[in-house]
Amino acid sequence: MSTTEHSTEEARPETVTTAATVRTNAQGTRMETGEEIGAMDTIRRGLRFSPELTEGFWGTLTLALVAALGQVIVPIAVQQTLDTGLNGPDGPDVGFVVTMGVAAFFGLVVTSFASYLMTSRLFATSEKGLATLRIKAFRHVHDLPLLTQNTERRGALVSRVTSDVDQVSQFLVFGGLLLIISAGQVLVATVIMLVYSWQLALVVWLCFAPLFISIRYFQRKLSAAYGVVRRQAGAMLSAVSEPVVGASVVRSYAVQERTQGRIDTSVDAFRSASTKAQKFTVISFSLGGISAGLANAGVLVIGVFLGFTGDMTAGSVLAFAFLVTLFVGPVQMGTQIITDAQNAIASWRRVIGILETPGDLVDPGPEGETLPRGPIDVRFADVTFAYPGGAPVLHDVDLTIDSGTRVAIVGETGSGKSTFAKLLTRLMDPSAGAVLLDGIDVRDIRAESLRRSVVLVPQEGFLFNDTLAANARYGRLDASDADLVASATELGLADWLAGLPDGLETKVGQRGESLSAGERQLVALLRAHLADPDLLVLDEATSAVDPELEMRIGRALERLMAGRTSVTIAHRLSTAEQADEVVVVDRGRVVQRGPHSELVLDVGSPYARLHASWVAQQGK
Amino acid sequence: MAVDQQKPRGSTTREGFRVLGVAVRREPVVFALSTIGSVLFAVLTVADAWVLGWSTENVVIPAFETGEIGADMLWAVVALFIGVALLRAVGIVARRLGAGIMQYRMQAHTRRAVTRKYLELPMEWHQRHPTGQLLSNASSDVEAAWAPIAPFPMALGTVVMMVIAVIQMFAADVVLALVGLLVFPAVLAANLIYQRIASPLMTQAQRLRAEVAEVAHESFDGAMVVKTLGREEEETARFTAKVHELRDVNVRAGRVRAVFDPVLAALPSLGVLVVLAVGVERVTSGAASPGALVTVAYLLTIVSFPIRAIGWLLGEFPRSVVGYRRVSAVLEATGAMPYGLRSAPRGAAGARLEVDGLQYAYDQAVPLLRDVTFTVEPGRTVAVVGATASGKSTLTSLLARLVDPDAGTIRIDGVDLRDLHDGALAEVVAVVPQTAFLFDDTVRGNVALGADVTDDEIWAALRTAQADGFVAALPDGLDAQLGERGTSLSGGQRQRLSLARALVRRPRLLVLDDATSAVDPEVEARILASLREGAAGTTLVVVAYRKATIALADEVVHLEGGHIADRGTHRELLGRNESYARLVNAYEVDAPVPPVVASEGVQS
Repeated sequence: MSTTEHSTEEARPETVTTAATVRTNAQGTRMETGEEIGAMDTIRRGLRFSPELTEGFWGTLTLALVAALGQVIVPIAVQQTLDTGLNGPDGPDVGFVVTMGVAAFFGLVVTSFASYLMTSRLFATSEKGLATLRIKAFRHVHDLPLLTQNTERRGALVSRVTSDVDQVSQFLVFGGLLLIISAGQVLVATVIMLVYSWQLALVVWLCFAPLFISIRYFQRKLSAAYGVVRRQAGAMLSAVSEPVVGASVVRSYAVQERTQGRIDTSVDAFRSASTKAQKFTVISFSLGGISAGLANAGVLVIGVFLGFTGDMTAGSVLAFAFLVTLFVGPVQMGTQIITDAQNAIASWRRVIGILETPGDLVDPGPEGETLPRGPIDVRFADVTFAYPGGAPVLHDVDLTIDSGTRVAIVGETGSGKSTFAKLLTRLMDPSAGAVLLDGIDVRDIRAESLRRSVVLVPQEGFLFNDTLAANARYGRLDASDADLVASATELGLADWLAGLPDGLETKVGQRGESLSAGERQLVALLRAHLADPDLLVLDEATSAVDPELEMRIGRALERLMAGRTSVTIAHRLSTAEQADEVVVVDRGRVVQRGPHSELVLDVGSPYARLHASWVAQQGK
Repeated sequence: MAVDQQKPRGSTTREGFRVLGVAVRREPVVFALSTIGSVLFAVLTVADAWVLGWSTENVVIPAFETGEIGADMLWAVVALFIGVALLRAVGIVARRLGAGIMQYRMQAHTRRAVTRKYLELPMEWHQRHPTGQLLSNASSDVEAAWAPIAPFPMALGTVVMMVIAVIQMFAADVVLALVGLLVFPAVLAANLIYQRIASPLMTQAQRLRAEVAEVAHESFDGAMVVKTLGREEEETARFTAKVHELRDVNVRAGRVRAVFDPVLAALPSLGVLVVLAVGVERVTSGAASPGALVTVAYLLTIVSFPIRAIGWLLGEFPRSVVGYRRVSAVLEATGAMPYGLRSAPRGAAGARLEVDGLQYAYDQAVPLLRDVTFTVEPGRTVAVVGATASGKSTLTSLLARLVDPDAGTIRIDGVDLRDLHDGALAEVVAVVPQTAFLFDDTVRGNVALGADVTDDEIWAALRTAQADGFVAALPDGLDAQLGERGTSLSGGQRQRLSLARALVRRPRLLVLDDATSAVDPEVEARILASLREGAAGTTLVVVAYRKATIALADEVVHLEGGHIADRGTHRELLGRNESYARLVNAYEVDAPVPPVVASEGVQS
């Protein structure tokens, strides 16, 4: 007993060499991190996934520009008051100032209203777009192959559809358009500055040139830094989940301190990554202030000289000083948005990363085949399966299971039995060969039809934090309470159900933890029975149930399976004894098959050996 | 846990400041640094205006009037502007870096405190709180709580800016300054209205965020079931419902903000217009100089910035207050398990276990255990046998003191478990649960769990648990990373690692709760055989079904419906107890005989 089906593949993900679409990075996840996508590309792709984000874009932009005009109203009013109102050719002109003031007031009302419309539209479109993104990503996680799902930490996966999306939201609402507006303001300010004095405008731009040039450098640095931040955030979530999910183990081994130590480490790693990213942000931001100082000094000094040549008046130099603040404001705002955006973009990438991780098990959709109802015959045609980067765990398995038969698959731990079940139910696709149900390649069967006809009951039947009835109904959504009771009775579980304090309405707790492991398996069986499959695959489905009940369920299933096909994987060979046929798997190959009564007589064969140790276990 | 209506809402603003107060007391140095930076920045921003004014008065106007200017004056202008800008950059760095450090430190402190609390609080508390919610308490609620730290120093600094600006305004012209100051009460009023409307929305949004996380967490946890039953659509619908609720609340909150933001931005501008109107009057009447009017107008535009900054701060409050309340609910939760002062009893390889009159009910409704009494002498093995849901796992969780009994006592070497100090029990007892939980760590980390053991000891434990083979085959052996909850391993492998984890600690009482259910019979037989060697002398309590396991036991405790139906050796029970015989002999009934008529005759 050396390697087993699971250990080979996933403990060694670095060795993935296939040109497969699924990449594996240093963290061992098969999920796309999206880290190689550039910032602009991220935004482009993000917009493709959430088309709502661009809805009414031009309208919003127009509103934004109108709103931005609000910023120049006051400086213009000040300038006009000075130059025309107070220092006009005919002396102070109160009437002009009042008229201008009223005009400016209405201007402000209009621009403020535009600003309101813009902001609320922005909130509406970004929240809509992000809701779509969340839902798409969530759905895609469920469409991913089991293998890929398992390589990603649950907490990290959750954070991709929760906090990562929140980060993007912050950016889209307060950043995205503001960036465009800031750019617009810079443009408008530049134009106005040019109108006042092209020479001074040039001075201002020259003073800011170093900032504009260095932005790209900082952006790259920041992008990398925030990539680390998001990764550390995922690791931290995972560590934080341990005292919650592993609460009982932590307590029974009194490893609170050690667990806390691990959490502290990850919390600190996150903190220091965040601080590091903040350093870059701060430095790039402070450059803007220095440029502004240069620009102010430059404008006054050069302005004075221009005054000497008669190109400028005192009023226009001062107005220009105001205009510089109009220029500096949006530039600093823009710099800040660009730096803050790196965090959002890192998050956005991670969400997009999910969506761009290929869902290997492609549903052929409506064009796909539909399985006819009734018992299914199964054929494994030269099936080979290897986990990415691993050695094959099933070799050239060629096997037919006639419709309506009950087959038990036995073999040592790690012989490839579970792989068999996963291929049969299309949780994975074979590396070579094909799995055929009723002669149809499973890859050509519509997912809906496949899931309707083929049901797998795994060893750990996950339960949702709801009532027992709701969990059982997961198998058939329209089942009535009477149906549930009837199904339970058919399985011989009526007594158990009646013995529960609240019967069908019993709350099972998180992951079903208010029930014992055996009871959880009973609910999973009930669920599968309600689903009324044509092919039932049981993978150690009753391993935690007591022998008497297991036998009772076994006999009940036997009755219920009449007219269906069933494949059972079990360590307890009692199942094999009762199956129509036993398939013995050893190191990924089918080494023996036939009814129990024949195989057991073949002394020295793998089955006879397995059976002998089973019998010894039973103390027969 | 609806924290929403937890207490009568005082002023959100006041509570928001109280939350910030907590942060300031915790990180006074960084806070002081960033505030000084911010004040520096503020003072210099105002100085900028002063430099502009000074330059206007002393350089620009004279230059235009006289048509000439001294080089020294020009240099003074340049030096002033650049000096101010440089110092201001220093202020920015101190402020933003300080605020960032403070914010991240506070997040870290709170996350540590929350998780520490998770570790302290008893199992019952955990059973009552959904995982997704607890995770969100430690992540997004913490983030929300400390979000105002980022704009806080800036807001404080701008208060200084405001004060200086106001003083300058008064210096320039008292009447115009008074007119300009009308902006402040208007801003205050706008803010109060905003808080009033936005707070409930923020509360709702934060709760919904946690719920979205909860649904996602559970759904991803059950991904296999979702997939095998083809329930992706239903799950997506469930998630969509929550996401849409969150979206709608956010959109509504956004609309409120959309009103508030432009109003806040427009108020100072309106103020400038009013100042201009009044100013023109005063300038024409000779009461004020044009320079004073410009100064006041300019200062008022400067003041609009602090007002926005303070607005940003106050805008964060509703979410922060909600997040802080949710976090506090965890931090203030009570009910840590009480511990005694006794240290772990020492002695021979095996401990003596006395279970006396145990009574336990979850939720008080149906007793899961009643009047369970038995003793295990040192070094002996007791098998606990019973039908599904007869109380076996409850018994093991009482032995590990995950919960305390409602009545009765459990004693190890005569010491009541409740009298042992924190951590002492784990030195004596190791429980291997039915469902193995592995940490996101290496094999070594998972087995040793920080205990001071050598690699040889770890390998020995792995050997006994029949896990040495597959661990040796892992590319990094003991250093192989197992991934979150050991998802990269099969159920049987996880169980064996979990067993090795117990064995390496050389417990004096080892409790196995059907700990080999996912292991095939051959491997299980090997485990049992090596347990007899590797853990010889250890007192053993095994929950088991397999006869080979039961046969190893010196005594069998037969549980039925939460109480002991019978005790004795396996043979004795087989002989006299029909339901016991039916339970353990089930596999021998070869023919599909109806279970009720299985008779005593069927036995070994």
